[in-house]
Amino acid sequence: MSRREWLLSDTPTSRAQAKWGRRYQTWLAFRRNGLAVAGLFIVLAMLVLAIFAPLLATHDPGVQVLADRLQPPSAAHWLGTDELGRDTYSRVLYGGRVTLGMVVAVVILVAPLGLIVGCVAGYAGGIVDKILMRVTDVFLAFPRLILALAFVAAMKPGVESAVVAIALTAWPPYARLARAETLTIRNADYIAAVRITGASPWRVILRHVTPMCLPSLTVRVTLDMSSIILTAAGLGFLGLGAQPPIPEWGTMIATARRFILEQWWVPVIPGIAIFMASLAFNLLGDGLRDVLDPKQR
Amino acid sequence: MIEAGRLNVHFGDNQVVHNVSFSVAPGETFGLVGESGSGKSTVLRCLAGLVDSWDGTLRIDGQQLGHKRDRAFFRKVQMVFQDPYGSLHPRQTVDRILAEPLAIHGVPDAETRITRALEEVALPRTARFRYPHQLSGGQRQRVAIARALIADPSVLLLDEPTSALDVSVQAEVLNLLADLRQARQLTCILVSHNLAVVGHLCERLAVMQGGRIVEILSEQQLRAGQATHSHTRDLIALSHELEG
Amino acid sequence: MNKPLVEIQNLRVDFPTASGSFNPAVRGVSMSLGREKLGIVGESGSGKSVTGRALMRLLPEPARVRADKLVFDGIDVLAARERQMRRLRGGRIGLILQDPKYSLNPVMTIGHQIAEAWGTHNKGGRREAREAALNLLEQVRIRDPKRVLDAYPHEVSGGMGQRVMIAMMLAPNPDMLIADEPTSALDASVQAEILKLIEDLVSARGMGLMLISHDLPLVARFCDRVVVMYAGQVMETLPARDLHRAEHPYTRGLLDCMPALSQKRARLPVLTRDPKWLEPRT
Repeated sequence: MSRREWLLSDTPTSRAQAKWGRRYQTWLAFRRNGLAVAGLFIVLAMLVLAIFAPLLATHDPGVQVLADRLQPPSAAHWLGTDELGRDTYSRVLYGGRVTLGMVVAVVILVAPLGLIVGCVAGYAGGIVDKILMRVTDVFLAFPRLILALAFVAAMKPGVESAVVAIALTAWPPYARLARAETLTIRNADYIAAVRITGASPWRVILRHVTPMCLPSLTVRVTLDMSSIILTAAGLGFLGLGAQPPIPEWGTMIATARRFILEQWWVPVIPGIAIFMASLAFNLLGDGLRDVLDPKQR
Repeated sequence: MIEAGRLNVHFGDNQVVHNVSFSVAPGETFGLVGESGSGKSTVLRCLAGLVDSWDGTLRIDGQQLGHKRDRAFFRKVQMVFQDPYGSLHPRQTVDRILAEPLAIHGVPDAETRITRALEEVALPRTARFRYPHQLSGGQRQRVAIARALIADPSVLLLDEPTSALDVSVQAEVLNLLADLRQARQLTCILVSHNLAVVGHLCERLAVMQGGRIVEILSEQQLRAGQATHSHTRDLIALSHELEG
Repeated sequence: MNKPLVEIQNLRVDFPTASGSFNPAVRGVSMSLGREKLGIVGESGSGKSVTGRALMRLLPEPARVRADKLVFDGIDVLAARERQMRRLRGGRIGLILQDPKYSLNPVMTIGHQIAEAWGTHNKGGRREAREAALNLLEQVRIRDPKRVLDAYPHEVSGGMGQRVMIAMMLAPNPDMLIADEPTSALDASVQAEILKLIEDLVSARGMGLMLISHDLPLVARFCDRVVVMYAGQVMETLPARDLHRAEHPYTRGLLDCMPALSQKRARLPVLTRDPKWLEPRT
């Protein structure tokens, strides 16, 4: 029996086979969408580049060689140098670590929080729902960048504050989404059936409700990654995110924006990196929606 | 074994069950018949603890039931739902679905219990690791029955267990339920709109209309046409007419 | 009986599967329908609904439909242009589905919906359309039709909703009705009323009726002829009044396995499926 047959078997003989078979089917469906695969490829490539930045970089991103400032791309500096003579290629690689790292940190903070708040509110209903959702509304009422700005301004500017600030403003939509999903399934017979087996509310929520909300949440998070990147870059650009000399894409654009007319490549190259990352996440999210959204099956 | 006394159920301002009283002896199968909106399913859901807004008395095994049920209650009382497509979690395998009650009640030896449960409802071993969408309607209802029985309850509540199935599958499921009831000495309540199904499985039945029980009669009385209430007579006449 | 309204010869419908092969849903079905009441019965998956939809060309895109002949009143359904089909669907063939809850637009009054159905196939102003809607509601024996005209679908019961559906389908004066499980979502008492209504309307207007259902006794009561389907093929066709004398073991099995009020049986006989039924028939 080939591995493919094992995965596609209609009569799996073990838990693992059933699970992997399902994943493989999802992958087969995903693979049919060329753009989504391209998005996934770019995202993975960027993650690899960021992780292996120390090996792949040609220069130390922090070392300034003032004699070589604002060089165009050349054999010595593949993507040129910035206003302090630092190698742009190496800085973009290291910047990926900061920017993508921020995105990952935000997602790790935000997705579980939104998921739990939404599922608990939707499942419990009544007063619990009212309180949790009004709190969510309060956070939703502020424009994202403004609230993040105010928050960072109150704390000290830096990567950590930027992450916390973005996380604070990013979770409410997920809570709303998870709550909406929960409301549609809380009265389903299969949830009633689990309640009748004697499961506690927490068990019902964690083991039976959240798995149904995960797919749409995953899609939403992936689609939001680009806006998280943009917010992170925006905070950096405004001087409230990563502080120089940390190579963060938004900060890099901010410090190099004076050279947009004469040495245009200096700000444009981190801009391309931001553009590629957000585009890739969007493509990936669209593809995931097609295969994961339970309503489309 | 099961007793309901002056049960009233409200949904908001709307009273859907009025003063319903009946009792079911141990080992008996009791039917609740009526058209849609007669409140028959609501009574069942009340017993199962799925409906909160009721008053009156409910007793199972001599114990008075409150609005909140404890885990021991769910060990004793189980339910099978109408729609086998909706009552199984779409993202869990049969194995996971059957393992859940065992995990909740801390029943040891899940492995043998699951294989035995599958055998008991005549599902092939190969069905164990399949997802609900890979099963037919009849197979799904068998899974639902296996889940209800896996922790050895003594009361089984059946909410239109066969009305979503083809008649040939309905026959198989009804036979299965009859066998299991006998083998395990179950006390059952069967809710159905189909008089013939209720007559087939139940010793006694209550006919409901507009949230009230209009008549309680035995299976013999039902077959002999000894109904006194006009609604019951209409239902019986209609059922005979369709049998031709 | 003059020329048949519908002629189906060797209809085959396949649905593509994920792995690229084809899954046959209908495997060589032939039948014809005049201005009569024809019942199609079978279990879920027998291809009965697919047959009805193929006739209206309502199957989703990936389905592959082939037939030696698929003709409605001289129109070749497989070759017809989309415009012609649109005039057929809802114009000359009405379709009644199982649950009126999902077939009626929830945010439009019932009167408006019927008037619109009337308007797309008739000429006339708003006043006339409303008149026609009222008239149709009377025809489907709705008490107090004026009130129902201005009601929204959620304000009426399931049986009433199904009557409204029928009124909508009658609006363009069709030659034929396809009723796909029209009463499965309804109570037994309402079921009988609705079918009686359909029966009367079909007889009075001289329409053809294709009643698709899983309920053998019900179909037998309301139809002239019954086609019994299993696994995409016709097992047998017989006059409805002879159904209890059916010979095919599948039909027999379906009839026998139902519990009955008139006789008590400890166990119900179970249908044993003969693999021979799956073999291609000629």
